[in-house]
Amino acid sequence: MQVPLRDPKIVMKLSRLGSFHQSKLSFLRSFLNEFKDWKYNRDLFDLNDRGYGVAIYSFSKDKKTYSLVCFANELKDEERSDRVIATKWDAAFALYDGIPSKIDIDRLSQNVPKQEVGRLSYKELTLSRANRSVRAFNYVVECLSKGIQPNTNELSKVGYLYRTTAVYGSGKFGLADRFRIKNRDEINGPFRLEMMLVYLVRQFTFDQVNHIAKHKNPKDAVELDLDICRNLGIGNSTGLGMAPFIVNHPSLLNNWILAKETALKKIREIEKVSDEEFKIFYNCLTKSLKNVTSWNTDSEYQKKKINNLINDLQNLINYLKDNIDKSNFYIFDKLYNWAEENLSEEGIEYLVSIMMEPYNEIIDPLISQMSSDEDISFNIPIDRTINDLREIIEKNYSDILKIDFSKNENNKKFWFISKNKEEPRIGDRFEDNGSELEQPTAIARDIKKLYETIFTLKNSLKIGKFLVRNNDLRHIVRRVFITEKYPYSEIQDNTIGSKLVPIDMLRLKLSFFGAVKFDPRSDKWLRICMFQGAPLPNELNSFNQYWIYN
Amino acid sequence: MRSYSEIDTIVKRSTKAKGFSWGVAEEIGKNIKQLELFGLPGIKHINQYFKIFNNEKFENCQSFNKSNRPQNFYCPIKLGLSFFDQSISIQDLNDIEIEKMAYPLIFLPFVSRSSEITGKRIFLKIDQKEFLLNFNQSIYSNYLSSEIVEKADVIKIQFLENKNNFSEEDWKELTKLSENTFVEETDELKQKTAGAGLTDND
Repeated sequence: MQVPLRDPKIVMKLSRLGSFHQSKLSFLRSFLNEFKDWKYNRDLFDLNDRGYGVAIYSFSKDKKTYSLVCFANELKDEERSDRVIATKWDAAFALYDGIPSKIDIDRLSQNVPKQEVGRLSYKELTLSRANRSVRAFNYVVECLSKGIQPNTNELSKVGYLYRTTAVYGSGKFGLADRFRIKNRDEINGPFRLEMMLVYLVRQFTFDQVNHIAKHKNPKDAVELDLDICRNLGIGNSTGLGMAPFIVNHPSLLNNWILAKETALKKIREIEKVSDEEFKIFYNCLTKSLKNVTSWNTDSEYQKKKINNLINDLQNLINYLKDNIDKSNFYIFDKLYNWAEENLSEEGIEYLVSIMMEPYNEIIDPLISQMSSDEDISFNIPIDRTINDLREIIEKNYSDILKIDFSKNENNKKFWFISKNKEEPRIGDRFEDNGSELEQPTAIARDIKKLYETIFTLKNSLKIGKFLVRNNDLRHIVRRVFITEKYPYSEIQDNTIGSKLVPIDMLRLKLSFFGAVKFDPRSDKWLRICMFQGAPLPNELNSFNQYWIYN
Repeated sequence: MRSYSEIDTIVKRSTKAKGFSWGVAEEIGKNIKQLELFGLPGIKHINQYFKIFNNEKFENCQSFNKSNRPQNFYCPIKLGLSFFDQSISIQDLNDIEIEKMAYPLIFLPFVSRSSEITGKRIFLKIDQKEFLLNFNQSIYSNYLSSEIVEKADVIKIQFLENKNNFSEEDWKELTKLSENTFVEETDELKQKTAGAGLTDND
């Protein structure tokens, strides 16, 4: 049986993308699998009694080493801010390519804590900073120093001791360009080194609370229980920076979604699901109910989605009990078709994620296809014709062409870069200043403009000739030809409409990172948790790959 | 050191800030990054060009002939885009001469990329500076200093036919040498070791 890939016009709608969940394809999970046989070490831990100083952690294999250099700094409560406008943090981190020398550490100590205003070199791969969850961090230190373990119910309300507020890579602030490392075998998936940084930061947070507690009360202090450590992740506050990223990297976006869609197609085409495969699927599904019910948020928007998801999961389990006979053929296809008819978008996408769990042989080869060499698709095919261009637009953007951009509601927002922080923002075109400096992220509007421009032109006109007089449309012509090769490269929605929920765009990216417990703090930023439940670094050579559902 | 990603981003934004469209800005970001990757002073040139960009009326050429001469000076960005966009048809001209261009090094990456899409090496001569552009993979040049080239009087572009730059004699000699890696075949060896049938009439 052949199952078609899902239609991009359904999958690439923002409400659907904003319902994506972590899966076996997620970058943090593929990172753990890739580095499971690397040697982990804590190379330096030079913190004072109050937990401030330098620490270095590394992964090494054969002659390769990656070292996380951590700088923990004193920060007054009034200076602590997760917002991108902050200039100081509780800790700052850089992932160094190799083993840093004393000179490197001194250089990094002058630059890493400054983050965006510091300078890094091609020897550094990623850069980040993080703030304590003051509530959780102080509570844990207090408990440990008294010789008792913290209450896990108390900790589960937060889920982490620190949250990162940005993770940078790929040439930012002088970091190594991606071309320098992209051919390394261990970096065969996107954001792999960003994941390594976040994972090692998690271990640093455990070591730091233990260290502070020990110095606070050397006689009675105990170390944080390893089960509790495992159930703590790393938080992350994410703002609008991620939203333009997915618009500005169309072929990369395509490769992420195509991997997911290909996995789903292949799983639906499985004729006979073995008992063992079904057991893995069913266990993950039932266990995930616990995860979802412990998903805390104050956001009414997210609460509604979580309630829908809980109902969906209950319905799904009941349906499985009553209607799915494991001995039948194509049960995952039947299940998926039922879900499309009966579940919310949250529920459908959750099911898709869980259906991947038993199938390493399908998922593993797809992971290495999730990166992208974007230069390959940069050149516009100048020898193609206006007829080609028109046909691609009509085929790939038919829903977009129905939007009436003369209505203010469809043209209400604009994306811009703030001057003081060089970060993306979204403003109201009719109320805020700056729309003349709009970023090229209004794809739907520009597609429509291009379509109207070429409507009356001769079919045989070459694209190269067209561009000579229409360079203002150059960026959008490039995109149209990219979508021809990459069907999942474009969001099939209006990114400047009044109904836009920007966190849908953030959630899409974060789900591929492997984030869970999305907690929107407004429509423009959210908090998430990563690596919660993940094995600790010295457990990587043997761990339960379904840890995320435990 | 600035990363190449930073170079791409800053040049793209600067180009947009000078009034070009985002699509053009994307091209210039990539081009200057490429110049810097090839060891040529792209940032220096684009920065200087943008300083004078609004002071003079630079020209474009929408249709290329064997010989092209502006009233004033050509803009290397507009001319570069026009050249690149029409390069598939322009290659039929074989040899092209362009007079008077400001900051011609900014024009160079467009020609280099044209070499890639036409599948032909291109010889570019900017006054006395020579560049052999190899399918956008490499640049061979006698321009080794990083001096700023503010203006060029004459630019010559030659699309080179695809032919080998070695003699048949060289090829034959190397082929003969390479045959020393083969095993001499006897009739017996042929019968025992050949994969396909020795006759195909069955």
